[in-house]
Amino acid sequence: MTVAMPKLDDAVLARRADIVAGLKRIVPGEGVIASEEAMRPYESDGLTAYRALPMVVVLPETTEQVSAVLAYCHREGVKVVPRGAGTSLSGGALPLGDGVLLGMAKFKRIRTIDFENRVAVVEPGVTNLAVSQAVDHAGFYYAPDPSSQIACTIGGNVAENSGGVHCLKYGVTTNNVLGCELVLMSGEVVRLGGSHLDAAGYDLLGVITGSEGLLGVVTEVTVRLLRKPECARAALIGFAASEDGGECVARIIGAGIIPGGMEMMDRPAIKAAEEFVHAGYPLDVEALLIVELDGPRAEVDHLLERVQEIATTCGAVTCRASNSEEERLLFWAGRKAAFPAVGRISPDYYCMDGTIPRAQLPLVLRRMQEMSAKYDLRVANVFHAGDGNLHPLILYDANKPGELERAEEFGADILKLCVEVGGVLTGEHGVGVEKRDLMPAMFSEADLKQQQRLKCAFDENGLLNPGKVFPTLHRCAELGRMHVHGGQLAFPDLPRF
Amino acid sequence: MAENLGPRDAAEVEQAIQWAIADGKTLEIVGRGSKRRIGRAAQWDMTLDLSRLSGVALYEPAELVLSAKAGTPLAEIETLLAANGQELAFEPMDYGPLLGGTAGGASIGGVLSSNLSGPRRIKAGAARDHFLGVTAVSGRGETFKSGGRVVKNVTGYDLCKLLAGSWGTLAALTDVTVKTLPRAETEQTVLVFGLDDAAAGKLMTAVMGSFADASAAAHLSAALAERLAETAAVGKAVTGFRLEGVAPSVAHRRAVLEDLAKPYGTVAALEQAHSRAFWRAIRDATPFAAGGPSGARDIWRISTAPARGSEAGRALIERAGAEVLYDWAGGLIWAALPPTDDAKAGPVRAIVGGIGGHATLIRAPAAVRAAVDVFQPEPPVLAALTRRVRESFDPRGMLNSGRMWAGI
Repeated sequence: MTVAMPKLDDAVLARRADIVAGLKRIVPGEGVIASEEAMRPYESDGLTAYRALPMVVVLPETTEQVSAVLAYCHREGVKVVPRGAGTSLSGGALPLGDGVLLGMAKFKRIRTIDFENRVAVVEPGVTNLAVSQAVDHAGFYYAPDPSSQIACTIGGNVAENSGGVHCLKYGVTTNNVLGCELVLMSGEVVRLGGSHLDAAGYDLLGVITGSEGLLGVVTEVTVRLLRKPECARAALIGFAASEDGGECVARIIGAGIIPGGMEMMDRPAIKAAEEFVHAGYPLDVEALLIVELDGPRAEVDHLLERVQEIATTCGAVTCRASNSEEERLLFWAGRKAAFPAVGRISPDYYCMDGTIPRAQLPLVLRRMQEMSAKYDLRVANVFHAGDGNLHPLILYDANKPGELERAEEFGADILKLCVEVGGVLTGEHGVGVEKRDLMPAMFSEADLKQQQRLKCAFDENGLLNPGKVFPTLHRCAELGRMHVHGGQLAFPDLPRF
Repeated sequence: MAENLGPRDAAEVEQAIQWAIADGKTLEIVGRGSKRRIGRAAQWDMTLDLSRLSGVALYEPAELVLSAKAGTPLAEIETLLAANGQELAFEPMDYGPLLGGTAGGASIGGVLSSNLSGPRRIKAGAARDHFLGVTAVSGRGETFKSGGRVVKNVTGYDLCKLLAGSWGTLAALTDVTVKTLPRAETEQTVLVFGLDDAAAGKLMTAVMGSFADASAAAHLSAALAERLAETAAVGKAVTGFRLEGVAPSVAHRRAVLEDLAKPYGTVAALEQAHSRAFWRAIRDATPFAAGGPSGARDIWRISTAPARGSEAGRALIERAGAEVLYDWAGGLIWAALPPTDDAKAGPVRAIVGGIGGHATLIRAPAAVRAAVDVFQPEPPVLAALTRRVRESFDPRGMLNSGRMWAGI
């Protein structure tokens, strides 16, 4: 895959030895990695088709070191790419050949757990799952659960505003973080939020969340803890047509029910998952819906019955409710293994991440089948049906000439279709480098320039993670220029009173 | 009185701001004007009145989404949602009673610009959490959009969050999209009588960490409880918890809650209609309404760590002569102070600073709001960042300048 990254700065590369030495003065010992062999593990993130060796890797351990590294790079005009666990699916942590890769893996302490205020203060390198595990004994958890939760870090979750399968009811990262310590590219440190709710001034935490490492480096995060639901049950519902499945989702929500999770799979995904994990999925249906209710037993039983009634009215051909925790987990096993399952039936697959208004699902699936024929590539779909987040998996073989390029074109067409029907390019994986050049499909030049002006407020020299998110880089001075008509505009022709 | 400009559509908003930039005129941005008395008392050359931008453009209940022009009355939206069994789950408060205006006077744009919420904030989030998409005109006179109409969206920076709570200092909103949610089928409120603030704080903390899944938790002293119709006859302090959901669930959780509460004090309940009225009063801080016994007092709104709310409250009572109403399980404190020249900003900020959180002076005479910081002052590095963020949208300080902080 190819994507144009910012031109390498020869002047910086010429000073590489000095820069490495400068960084070693800030982060002693093994915290600075400069040999090609040792830097190799950092050359890509979860989007492995894109690779680049960084100029140098730095692994700081304290906020002071992060601050000093950024201040040094700011002074020396060196680019910086922050990295959590490197699980990004959009190339958000793709290194730059003339930049520092700032790995936050050593920030792995849980600093405070405060059950009274229902918050935990954690370092950004703590994994998502580790937060829930640390509070599990007291019956609490951290709600956002991206499928990479065993590996992905809270810092990366903040950068990407990660979601998960439970976000219709419990929200995504931005709804579940209350505060952070943030180091700006200048090396200055600010604290945002805390154990209390809402911002005192501008909601900078809200804009940092999902900013893909372009605005600052988070060195501490305060997350909300929730009481674990008393119980959970799931229904496994099969439909002869995807339209029926879509209608069922709409009617469940129309009935005032917000399930803890609501996932849909299409026929190819069902087949792949069933053959892989033998979850007992029906193989003669076009769409399979998993609806999970959580809460007190009385509520869950009551609502599950209603969901089953709705499913029947929508023409469900199969409908089973879980009667034990084992059975519930089995229902999920196929869905959770859907990606590796698809990996078994194809040498390679390319995972997309658009969001659409739910009602457009049948249309989008139909158009996708047409594209599948056009590009001569198979596609399997898993769908966070509750929130409209679609993950088409395009099956291809990188060893066959031209297939990767066709897969990428197919993927771009799917994302443009998502925008066309009122949706967006990315629901939870981020823009990164992968969808960067598709941004104009969704945003005008003016939209993108305003976003970049905001970037300038945090990083006026554009040193932090450049080449991600925005298809065109503008200098801040140029973006800041005002086009004023110096008193020549007529008073607008509108009501005055 | 500044002259009003009343654009009829988004294009005219852009024209008006471009004209103001060219002529060097500063603008006050107003939706329907219900919160004009909040913020620093500053002066603007003209008022940009967005009330003509009115009307719901899209509402799809099954998709949980509504789009409207920014000046659309909140009341119109709430009526429409209620007819479809839905609501804005963040329960935006109505500042009318507190500020001495009429009730129901807010616009959806104003609700979002001030990041309003209500008692359900602790469970469902604030306006920011439900603000999906926006089109706005910046202080550069340029129209831009952000977000969309779907909940799950990480395409570009989340400018909706930034605009929520920016009080019109970054851009004039023209079109907004919000998430709607089903209204709970039933609600009940469990009341516990006679707790002091510290005991109420402990109980609220215990309940919020339990399976009771309360969607609201508030505490008011006997004197304040007397001012609400639903608790006027109690004669004791009142701690209230709201349970919402399907009937079997509410019944089950009520038992859980009562088991927790019984060791603390006498327990009673409010059924649906009374429960709704009670929480509306808490939401709007009506014990401190402009026309009531505390109508002349200065009002601070304080957000703090909930388990330390009673500690902050006690200090406010002892050191500032405050009357205190606790919402958000102790995390939101409405403090009514005897009127002074500086609204006792020093002690209030010292107390909140010592515990953590922020304080906003919501109600005070204009002279006081001109003399003291209304919004929480920021440390220098953060204040400089705030200024740069503001300038990235509005480099010349055209829009609502000085409303949040002097010179910004």
